[in-house]
Amino acid sequence: MTHVPAQAHVHFAEAAAERRDFAAIARWIAPGAKVLDLGCGDGSLLGYLRDTRDVCGYGVEKDDANVLACLQNGINVIQMNLEDGLSGFEAQSFDVVILSQTLQAVQNTEGIVLEMLRVGKDVIVTFPNFGYWRHRAQIFAGRMPVSRNLPYQWYDTPNIHLCTIADFDAFCIEHGIHVSERLVMTDGKAVSLLPNLLGSLAMYRFSR
Amino acid sequence: MTDISSVGIVAPQTAHFGEPLLLKSGAVLPAFDLVFETYGKLDADKSNAILVCHALSGTHHVAGKYSEEDKHPGWWDNMIGPGKPLDTNRFFVIGVNNLCGCHGSTGPSSINPATGKPWGSAFPVVTVEDWVQAQSRLADHLGISSFAAIMGGSLGGMQALQWTLTFPDRVRNALVIAAAPSLTAQNMAFNEVARQAIITDPEFHGGDFYEHGVVPRRGLRIARMLGHITYLSDDAMGAKFGRRLKHDEVKYSFDVEFEMESYLRYQGDKFAGEFDANTYLRMTRALDYFDPAAECGGDLSAALAKAKADFLVISFTSDWRFSPERSREIVKALLDNELSVTYAELTAAHGHDAFLMPDKHYHDVVRAYMENIE
Repeated sequence: MTHVPAQAHVHFAEAAAERRDFAAIARWIAPGAKVLDLGCGDGSLLGYLRDTRDVCGYGVEKDDANVLACLQNGINVIQMNLEDGLSGFEAQSFDVVILSQTLQAVQNTEGIVLEMLRVGKDVIVTFPNFGYWRHRAQIFAGRMPVSRNLPYQWYDTPNIHLCTIADFDAFCIEHGIHVSERLVMTDGKAVSLLPNLLGSLAMYRFSR
Repeated sequence: MTDISSVGIVAPQTAHFGEPLLLKSGAVLPAFDLVFETYGKLDADKSNAILVCHALSGTHHVAGKYSEEDKHPGWWDNMIGPGKPLDTNRFFVIGVNNLCGCHGSTGPSSINPATGKPWGSAFPVVTVEDWVQAQSRLADHLGISSFAAIMGGSLGGMQALQWTLTFPDRVRNALVIAAAPSLTAQNMAFNEVARQAIITDPEFHGGDFYEHGVVPRRGLRIARMLGHITYLSDDAMGAKFGRRLKHDEVKYSFDVEFEMESYLRYQGDKFAGEFDANTYLRMTRALDYFDPAAECGGDLSAALAKAKADFLVISFTSDWRFSPERSREIVKALLDNELSVTYAELTAAHGHDAFLMPDKHYHDVVRAYMENIE
């Protein structure tokens, strides 16, 4: 058997898990849909959706290096700070607006979700579940959680609005948001039992 | 030493067009010349051509030098050449002096064949649309049915945008840099002051100064000084000159006291010595009149519905004459039409002039876009 360094195993597992996350998002998107991905990073999700769903996709990204990476990956990207709102986009002009693992890092969380509902007929939001048992265990042990989905220390984290699945469910009810689908995953596998405890990644599909 | 990233020694060519050109104003130019340069090789199927449109005071001399000793390469030499963002190993790049120019293309200082004298005041007012029509004649002349890309900054960006509306099937990519879908009232106001400086110069003679053997230098000089103020940001001027004195101490006079004055006077003098006043008036008017949304009741999205090209739109944060807000209007209209568009809002200190500067990230962005086009 060929020796594979442990590090490579981890990396591969992460990549595979990430693709399952992408695959789950893709299943909620109709072929040929017009998609806006907020905080699109290097455009890999849009690239995946373009290749698997033939979407007409645009990313929104504020970081220079990510904008350049999108260009290099052939992904349409609009450089702007989504904290400033989505006034550059017409109401209901996208079939789907996606915020993938970025919700917890935005300042104006409520405003951005409402803007997504204005611009998109359908909204997909994914975020790390703060209620995941490994996070709870670390807090129980007296420390701020650090995990694969939350890889930062308390002093250098960009994550300022962490929430649990129960928190987000309550947020949706309070804002009259109709959740059409919810999928909770851990290590790329769907979790149906005690999702707020056993799920590390939450994915919501909703509309007005 | 030879610079391998330079297109090297270049020479302009002239194309003559004998068919009359109907201008937007209704005037007709019976015939005209366009002077142009090309860099790189045109493919056998003529599909790798890029047209670079110039701004207010630009020329066809976009890249390369006229001799080994030439200290002034073309105005966008940092962007165009072998291995540069517009890679002439791959693309055939064309620079053209616009109709109404003063660097060889037919313009107000050219001889009007009907009179045997310079056109002067009789030269018609031209528009961005007219330039695009004239440039399309050059494309026909070179056998280019469709451009891989058309690119320009400022007024040049307006031409790239107009190409996608006038000839949607002849441009596959448009790079619209530091441009706007129209000028604001404040922006047009600068143009009006510049024109008034020229028109009220006693040596302007209503535009027919050629026959008097004079040039309205004072007017041109002031127009250019004003322009240069608006092309730089406050911060860039501060960094470049601050309040530095030209001499060791102030002289309590109206001579050059501050470095900034020295710069403006130098730029003004240089420009007045080489640019035609009638051309300047008409170039600023072309800027003023550009407003593709106007024919759709001010609806830019409706106006851009004709476009089919893919777009790269770039603006610079400190550019207050063609601000990022105006580029975002273009981007929104393109998005409304579900066109392929990428928008880069680049952090830059240089103001409007940033589009000519060799900034690494800016060049990386253009290079990445160009590498992905077919």
